[in-house]
Amino acid sequence: MTTDIHALVGAYAVDALDDLERAHFERHLAECPACQAEVAGLQEAAGVMGSLATTQPPASLRDSVLAGITTVRPLPPEVPSAHTSESAPAAGGRTRFRPRLLVAAAAAVIIVGGGATAIVQPWQDDSSEVQLTAGDRVRAAADAETYTQSFPDGSKATLVRSRSQNAAVLTTVDMAAAPTGSIYELWLIHDDQMVPAGLMSGGDHEVLLEGDAASANGFGITVEPDGGSEEPTTDPIVAVEFKNA
Amino acid sequence: MDHLRAVPSGAPDEGAPAVAGAAHLADLLKRSARGDQAAFAELYDATSARAYGLALRVVRDPAQAEEVAQEAFLEVWRTASRFDATKGSAVGWLLTIVHRKAVDRVRSAEAASRRDTTYHQDNQPIAHDATAEAAEASMEARRVRSALDDLTAVQREALELAYFGGYTHTEVATMLDLPVGTAKTRIRDGLIRLRDAMGVGVA
Repeated sequence: MTTDIHALVGAYAVDALDDLERAHFERHLAECPACQAEVAGLQEAAGVMGSLATTQPPASLRDSVLAGITTVRPLPPEVPSAHTSESAPAAGGRTRFRPRLLVAAAAAVIIVGGGATAIVQPWQDDSSEVQLTAGDRVRAAADAETYTQSFPDGSKATLVRSRSQNAAVLTTVDMAAAPTGSIYELWLIHDDQMVPAGLMSGGDHEVLLEGDAASANGFGITVEPDGGSEEPTTDPIVAVEFKNA
Repeated sequence: MDHLRAVPSGAPDEGAPAVAGAAHLADLLKRSARGDQAAFAELYDATSARAYGLALRVVRDPAQAEEVAQEAFLEVWRTASRFDATKGSAVGWLLTIVHRKAVDRVRSAEAASRRDTTYHQDNQPIAHDATAEAAEASMEARRVRSALDDLTAVQREALELAYFGGYTHTEVATMLDLPVGTAKTRIRDGLIRLRDAMGVGVA
């Protein structure tokens, strides 16, 4: 599985990954010195190729750039003790989450499916053998909507929402563990507001989302420091716009 | 500085990023990080034809290329402190930012107009690119061309579709009737060969 994600290094260096693959790879990159070194060398090689395509820009570009910088404060350098996960140079400063944009981009590659997922795990709270789990009830609902996201390493996340049940259930298979000191946080999106909807570790899980699933217009997963955050601090690894928002 | 070749007045000497030039650009970036606008203007003059040229090559439309280049330069100004000279050159870092912005632009405006352009236009050999004229004279450009000639035809095809075409590796695979794994391998192998031929990266 790790071999697969390493193999994306060349495509990453030339920006040939789609948004979700890119987010997934960057998570891996933050923790893989071998890939960091290879990315640096391959981006440099790509830049050499790119420098062949020279064209004199119009003078207006110089004017607008030099006027523009007077209104932008340069970022401070990264201080060694600071806890930041900015690893790719091109991603510098892009950690602020912009829900509308990302949701729109990610929604394009989400597979929207119909039927129920095959993975069923007992819901912890109140289930006896004969009772339907919360997940079962959501999946069995006539208005169940299913959204599935597969990651390059073979892991998979499936969200089923039912407006009539006012519930959404996330099922994960083979989810890689979140980086040490961090955890997956689930979010329901209400008009571009990201509302915390629960926490999750890696592996195989079924999680009933907290909050008002019926009125939400989207769903996301981010990687957050242990304990979770009030609002996302990283770009989402999954972002879905509900069809029937 | 300009001893390598004569340049038309007003046009910055961009074709010859010699080693001393690379160190100078890294220094300009460092000064920019401290808010030195004059240093940044000099950096702009030394790199704008490459930045704009790359943006234009990917997005095709001059007005959009100008916007992309502008965004990229503002990003360079803002994040100059994150440039690490031990990991690569200033130009390589800057073009990485330009390329990412250009690709983001074509993806978000995945309009029919771009998809209409034929595969053959995408695949124009770099050697015949009229815009490469300025770089033609330099030693560097000749080295790049000879390094590119070292790539196998299939590596180069996949790499150019991804890098200049702005297509994802999955799209490249489909365009070339390849299994997905093969396209990403060709892209990576092509880059590795280019890197090794140029002697770039962390030496």
